[in-house]
Amino acid sequence: MSGLRRFVLKRLLLTIPILWGVSVITFGLVYLTPGDPIDIMVGLDPDMSPTREATLRAKHGFDEPVWKQYWLWISDAATGDFGEVIQTGRPVSDLIIDRLPPTIALGLFGWVFGLVIAIPTGIYAAVKKDQLGDTVSRFIALFGISVPNFWLGLMLILVGALQLGWWPVLPPRVPLTDPEMLWYLVLPGLTIGSASAATLMRIMRSSMAEEMNKDYVTAARAKGLPERTVILKHVLRNSLISVTTVAAFLTANILAGSVVVETVFSWPGLGREFIQAATAREVNVIMAITLFIGAAIIIMNLVADIVYAVLDPRIRYD
Amino acid sequence: MATERGRIQISGFDPDRVTERESLSDWSDDSSTETMSRWKRAGVRFVHNYSAMFGVLIVVLMSLAAIFARPISIEGFTVQPFSLAPYDPETILYLDPSSDVGIYSAPTPDHPMGTDQNGRDLFSRVLIGGRYSISIGFIVVGLTASFGMVYGAIAGYYGGWVDEILMRIVDTIFAFPGLVLALVIVTMLGKGYWELILAFSLFGWAGYARIIRGEILQVKQQEYVTAAKALGAGDFSVIFRHIVPNAMAPLIVQASLSIGTVVIGVAALGFLGLGMPPGTAEWGTMLDSTRQTLIQGPGGSIPWWATVYPGGAIFLFVMSMNMIGDGVNDALDAQEVGNVRQGGG
Repeated sequence: MSGLRRFVLKRLLLTIPILWGVSVITFGLVYLTPGDPIDIMVGLDPDMSPTREATLRAKHGFDEPVWKQYWLWISDAATGDFGEVIQTGRPVSDLIIDRLPPTIALGLFGWVFGLVIAIPTGIYAAVKKDQLGDTVSRFIALFGISVPNFWLGLMLILVGALQLGWWPVLPPRVPLTDPEMLWYLVLPGLTIGSASAATLMRIMRSSMAEEMNKDYVTAARAKGLPERTVILKHVLRNSLISVTTVAAFLTANILAGSVVVETVFSWPGLGREFIQAATAREVNVIMAITLFIGAAIIIMNLVADIVYAVLDPRIRYD
Repeated sequence: MATERGRIQISGFDPDRVTERESLSDWSDDSSTETMSRWKRAGVRFVHNYSAMFGVLIVVLMSLAAIFARPISIEGFTVQPFSLAPYDPETILYLDPSSDVGIYSAPTPDHPMGTDQNGRDLFSRVLIGGRYSISIGFIVVGLTASFGMVYGAIAGYYGGWVDEILMRIVDTIFAFPGLVLALVIVTMLGKGYWELILAFSLFGWAGYARIIRGEILQVKQQEYVTAAKALGAGDFSVIFRHIVPNAMAPLIVQASLSIGTVVIGVAALGFLGLGMPPGTAEWGTMLDSTRQTLIQGPGGSIPWWATVYPGGAIFLFVMSMNMIGDGVNDALDAQEVGNVRQGGG
C-alpha cells in the first residue's frame, strides 16, 4: 500500500500552500481596508490622546509595513495566540474554545439529520426512478435548496415555539452534556441540516441510479438474490463511496449555515460570535474565526479525499 | 408468392407491399439541410419544459413588480414613472390621523399583508423589496461569470505553471464559504448596495473558473483547435472564438443556478443586519426587524405576516430561479455540474 501512503503524503503537502493562502486572504481582507483596530478603539473612546494612540499602534505593530504585520500575526496565530478582544481584553483563543462546543453540537446534529433524511430518501428515489416517488423527492429537494435557512428558522420558531409552544423561543442555559439539550437542538438542527439534506439526497439518488445500471447488479439479480439484498448490500455500499466526496462541501455548508442559524436561534456558538464581532468590527475575532473556518474546511477536504481513496480501490494514487 | 420475370424467379417479393409502404415523399431536401444549431435546439427544449417556464414567469413577474413598484429617478430625472405599490414603502402610516392602522396591523383588504413594526404597508414593501436582492443577483452573476470565464480559460489553455498557480488560488478561495467572505468584506467596507455587489463578486468567480478550466482541458484536445492553430490563429482568437463557445454550456447552467444563491446571500446579510441600512425595504432586512419581535414575544397575537410574506417572497424567487436553472441544465444536456450551493446559507 505504498501507493496510498504516497498519495496521502502528497495530499498533505498540497494542503500547506492552501492553508497559507487562507491566512493571506484572511489577513488581506481585514488589513487592506482603510483603518486599523486602533482607529476603532479611538472611535469607541474619543478622548484617547494622540500619544496613547501612537503607543498602542507601536505596541501592536500597526506602524510596521504590511508584510511585517502579517508575519507578526501569523507567527502568533501559529502558536494559538490570536490577540485580544479589543473591547474586553479577553484572549480571542479563550473565546473560541468557549464558543466551539455549541457549534460542534449543532453542526453534528445537522449532519446526522441530513444523513438520516437524505440517504433513505435518495435510495427510495433511485429505486423508484422516474416514478411518483422520485418526482416527490425531487420537489422536496427543490424546496430544501431554495428555502432561505434564516426564514426556515423563523418559521419554525413561529410554529414550533410560539404557536405550539413545544420549544422555548430562546435556548435555555443548560450545559451541553445535559440530555435535555437534544430536544433544544431540534429546531436549529433541522434548520441547519435542511439544505445539506436536500443536496445530499440528489447526490445519493444519482449515484445509486448510476450504480444500478452496472453489470454486477444484473448478475446479482440473475443469481436470484432478493431485490432488497441487491439494493441494500450491493448497490448501496458502492454508491455511498461517492457520498464521502461531498463531506467537505457539507462541512462548508454547515459552517456557513451556523453563522445564520445561530443568530436566528440565539445559539451561543461560534457563528453568532462571528456576527457580533462583525457588527462591532472586532478584527481579531473576525480573523481568528475566518481562519478557523478555512482551516476546518481544508482539513475536511483532506479527510474526505483520503477516505475516498481508501474506500475505493480503483482510485489510482498518482 | 413469386413473380415471373424472364427466366429468373424472384420469390418472397410482393410488389403490392411496395406501393402500400409508407411513402418517403415527406422527405425533402429542405428538412435535411436545415440543421438546428445546438443552442436553438436547447432553446426549444427549454421552452417545452413547463416547470422552467413557470420559473421564468415568476421571476419576470417579481422583477417587474420590483421595477414598477415605485418610480425610479436617476439624478432627478424620472426614468420609470409607474407606481404599482399602493403605499409608499417608507411612510409610517399610523402617524397619519386619518388612517386606522397601527404597528403590526393584521392583513385587511386595504393592507393585504398587514403592516410592519413601524406601521408601514407590508405589501408595498414586499413588492419593492426585490429591487436590491434581484438586481444584485444578476449583476454579481454577470460580473463573476465573465471574470471566472476569462480566468479559467487562461488557466486551462496555457496549462503548466500558469495553471498550477491560478488554480491554487481558486483552491484557496474554495476553502471559505462564500457567505463568510462576503460577510467579512461588508464588515470592512460598510453597508450599502455597491458594497454588497463587491462583497459577492470579489471571490464569487472561483466556481466558474474551475468549471470552464475543466471544460477547456477537454475541448483543447480536439482536432479543430489544432487546425485553427495550424492556420495561424492567435492564442486570443483560439481561446475566445474556438474554445470558449464550446465550453460554455456548464458555465451557463452554473450561472443560472447561482443567481438564487446570491439572492439568498444578500438577504442573509440583510437579515444579519449587515446588508442595507436598517429600515430599508429589502426582504432580508425586513426579516431582521421582525425577528426581534418574535424572540421577545410580541404580547397578544403573533404578527406572523411580517415573517411569512417577506421570507416567502425570497423563497418563491429563489425556487423559481432554481427551476429555471434545472431547465437550462436539462436543455443544454450538460454534465452534472456540481449542483451544489456554495455556502449560500
